[in-house]
Amino acid sequence: MNERNLGDVVLEVKGISLSFGAIRVLNNISFNVRKGEIRSIIGPNGAGKSSMLNVINGVYHPQEGSITYRGETRQQMKVHHAAAQGIARTFQNIALFKGMSTLDNIMTGRNLKIKSNLLWQAIYWGKAQREEIEHRRKVEEIIDFLEIQEIRKTPVGRLPYGMQKRVELGRALAAEPDLLLLDEPMAGMNVEEKEDMCRFVLDINDEFGTTIVLIEHDMGVVMDLSDRVVVLDYGRQLADGAPDEVRSNQAVIDAYLGVSH
Amino acid sequence: MSLSPDQTQAAAAEALNTFPRLLLHHARVRGDKIAMREKDLGIWQAWNWQQVAEEVKALACGLAALGFKRGEKLAIIGDNRPHLYMGMAAAQCLGGIPVPLYQDSIAKEMAFVIDNADVHFALVEDQEQVDKMLEIRKVNESIRQVVFDDPRGLRHYDYPFLQSIATIQELGREYDRTHPGFFEKQAEAVHGDDIAIMLYTSGTTGNPKGVVLTYDNVIITARNGIIRERLTENEEVLAYLPMAWVGDNLFSYAQSLIAGFTVNCPESGATILTDLREIGPTYYFAPPRVYENMLTQVMIRMEDASKLKQRIFHYFMDVAKRVGTRILDGKQVKPGEKLLYMLGNFLVYGPLRDVLGLNRIRLAYTAGEAIGPEIFDFYRSLGINIKQLYGQTEGMVFICVQPDGEVYADTVGTPAIDVEIRIDDNGEVLYRGPGVFHSYYKNPEATASTKTADGWVYTGDAGYFAENGHLKIIDRAKDVGKLLDGTMFAPKYIENKLKFFSFIKEAVAFGDKRESTCIFINIDLEAVGNWAERRHLAYSGYIDLAAQPAVYDLIQECVDKVNEDLSRDPLLSKSQIKRFLILHKELDADDGELTRTRKVRRSFIAERYAPLVDALYSNATECHIETEVKFEDGRTGKLAADVTIRDARQFTPIAKAS
Repeated sequence: MNERNLGDVVLEVKGISLSFGAIRVLNNISFNVRKGEIRSIIGPNGAGKSSMLNVINGVYHPQEGSITYRGETRQQMKVHHAAAQGIARTFQNIALFKGMSTLDNIMTGRNLKIKSNLLWQAIYWGKAQREEIEHRRKVEEIIDFLEIQEIRKTPVGRLPYGMQKRVELGRALAAEPDLLLLDEPMAGMNVEEKEDMCRFVLDINDEFGTTIVLIEHDMGVVMDLSDRVVVLDYGRQLADGAPDEVRSNQAVIDAYLGVSH
Repeated sequence: MSLSPDQTQAAAAEALNTFPRLLLHHARVRGDKIAMREKDLGIWQAWNWQQVAEEVKALACGLAALGFKRGEKLAIIGDNRPHLYMGMAAAQCLGGIPVPLYQDSIAKEMAFVIDNADVHFALVEDQEQVDKMLEIRKVNESIRQVVFDDPRGLRHYDYPFLQSIATIQELGREYDRTHPGFFEKQAEAVHGDDIAIMLYTSGTTGNPKGVVLTYDNVIITARNGIIRERLTENEEVLAYLPMAWVGDNLFSYAQSLIAGFTVNCPESGATILTDLREIGPTYYFAPPRVYENMLTQVMIRMEDASKLKQRIFHYFMDVAKRVGTRILDGKQVKPGEKLLYMLGNFLVYGPLRDVLGLNRIRLAYTAGEAIGPEIFDFYRSLGINIKQLYGQTEGMVFICVQPDGEVYADTVGTPAIDVEIRIDDNGEVLYRGPGVFHSYYKNPEATASTKTADGWVYTGDAGYFAENGHLKIIDRAKDVGKLLDGTMFAPKYIENKLKFFSFIKEAVAFGDKRESTCIFINIDLEAVGNWAERRHLAYSGYIDLAAQPAVYDLIQECVDKVNEDLSRDPLLSKSQIKRFLILHKELDADDGELTRTRKVRRSFIAERYAPLVDALYSNATECHIETEVKFEDGRTGKLAADVTIRDARQFTPIAKAS
């Protein structure tokens, strides 16, 4: 992995600090993400990993620091900026429309790309029709990519957990993101499902050149997948580097991996 | 004009005696008609015969440009995909020989076939298969070219010998421009007695053998099947069984190319049932377990239906049971019953057939193993014309087929057109006909021991002709033995009859060189457990349940029914079950009692449970046994039980013994 040619820095966070009242969730965090990279954020529960993702896509607004995305520096991201500029994400707790089919759920991911207005879509004629067919084709490509053809028309609520995770990934992909944020994509999965998901993450990165930032608990997964890893602990940044460097960093071993003697 | 229609047809058949000629014929005669469909990105994409012929031509020319010569083999590996079928035709158009392989084989297994068949070219579906080819190339460089269909994940594969179908076809179109007429000349130079295809038999013992079949073998047999069943160019089939299996080659390739009907390739292995419903095939093949699974699904879902629907369903299923198969066979039924059946068809059978995707079926085949009579009758009573056939790779499938109107669950029908059948002295079935294979590839000893000089083939199956002239297959010939009084003893036949009861999971029959037939039985824990619960019968586990007198009564009923059935059979009536016991332990592959494919290992079981077998052939009514068992984590333990032995009811033979 390390010999891969990675592009320029697309995202840089500098000195990010985030507090909720008296609680300091993130404390002076700085790292960058390069184009085409798989970047992991690890750390124990409550380390601030999900908060970090929320800062990147603008759900949380940090009190200090700056975020530079595609050369544009901001104090804080806005959700609609993030989405419009090609940042998509999945959630730790699945956030799908349970009563809708896989197909429709993924279709919602195309929302920002749909140009015709509600009325045109309701009439479903001419431009709106052509547009919908085009979006549907894109969605079908994602269904094909994620190998979920057999659940195309199944309501998502009836699917097993691992499959729902895959549908959620599909919806994020539907936005054709440049930067994909994955919040614990493999949590609660069995070994086989994890292997599948790993393969999809690598395939997405490889096939579409998507830059991926992921949070994950499973150390094996993180070390195998990632180009670089950031380690957080209680809102502080413990380390940042290639998997091997992080693995041998004493502070990380003590705080997270456990002391091995 | 002076020729009679029959003669014209015969003359046409004479000229269209290879697949290359048939393909070009269809492109000319019915160029606009749909030849193939494949569901891609959720939409059924179609190729008409004209387009298929064009793609085949481009592919063939591309292969030729890469150095594919006459007699060269082309390995074909993947799920049923139009491009793989086209690859088969392309190889044949160049006078080459396609060798389809089972797509889920591991690289090591494929390596054997590739080496044995002298394969230098491979056409594969996707990355998975490309990886296997790369693995094989590490030890055996005989594969010179690999062509793949689906480029996904292969972008970074940089090998000079690896190309996509699209690239090859582009190369082929260029080649065609510089070599005009090359393709047509090559296609025309293929003759009826040339080798059409090599199919490797899966080989339960030893290495697989390559069955070499000529165009005459394949085409005459397939055409006979079409004539007998009156198939037309308007059939729709779903190609979902492995391409390496002779049946798929017959139903989805040979017969389609002869009759000109449409082949549909499902989206993926997981979507077959959805695709089946969307396509609604008119001609269909499935092994018994597929029908069995569909029936189970229906029954499970009916359990969840409302009370009213359940009552309607069961009422009309009873009607269907009484008259359905008779109506299908064109026999007389009372007008009132017929009216009731028509109402049932409107309310239940039609919708049910539709859900199963079997609404348009004109002809469905099943083969491979015995099908339970209840399952068989269920579909037939719904008006679905399922028939059994008996076939082999060595005979290009068709040996026996059940004629319309003469369909019985326990026979495989009458000989196919032009096929002769003979029963050997030891009961083994032999056949001779146009489909009889050319040889086993590079294996003259095996050819000689299977095929006689005058063209008879040993099937390895034991059987006999029933009084109605239908062939009845009872067992593998090597498993058939004799009781001490000389009566034929067919263990698998008896075991299968028992296993058709849902309460019986496994049965082991003993009797070879013994005075009578005795049986071990494994109850089906789920089915019997369910039955016990409904009767408020308490039990702690398998051992406890298996030993309950009420369960013994239940199983005795099944055994008695089998005996009653056997008593009607002239050959087997004396091999009725004398005594039986319910085994205290479930037979398990981990203990070596079953093979990994869940076949009982009779002699091993007889040895392991010798005291029980001895007790069966004594007067004892109970026997104590201690068995060593292996747990899943590898530890061993002891299992002790007192097993009850019961006598089964004997029936006097109804038919006169032959």
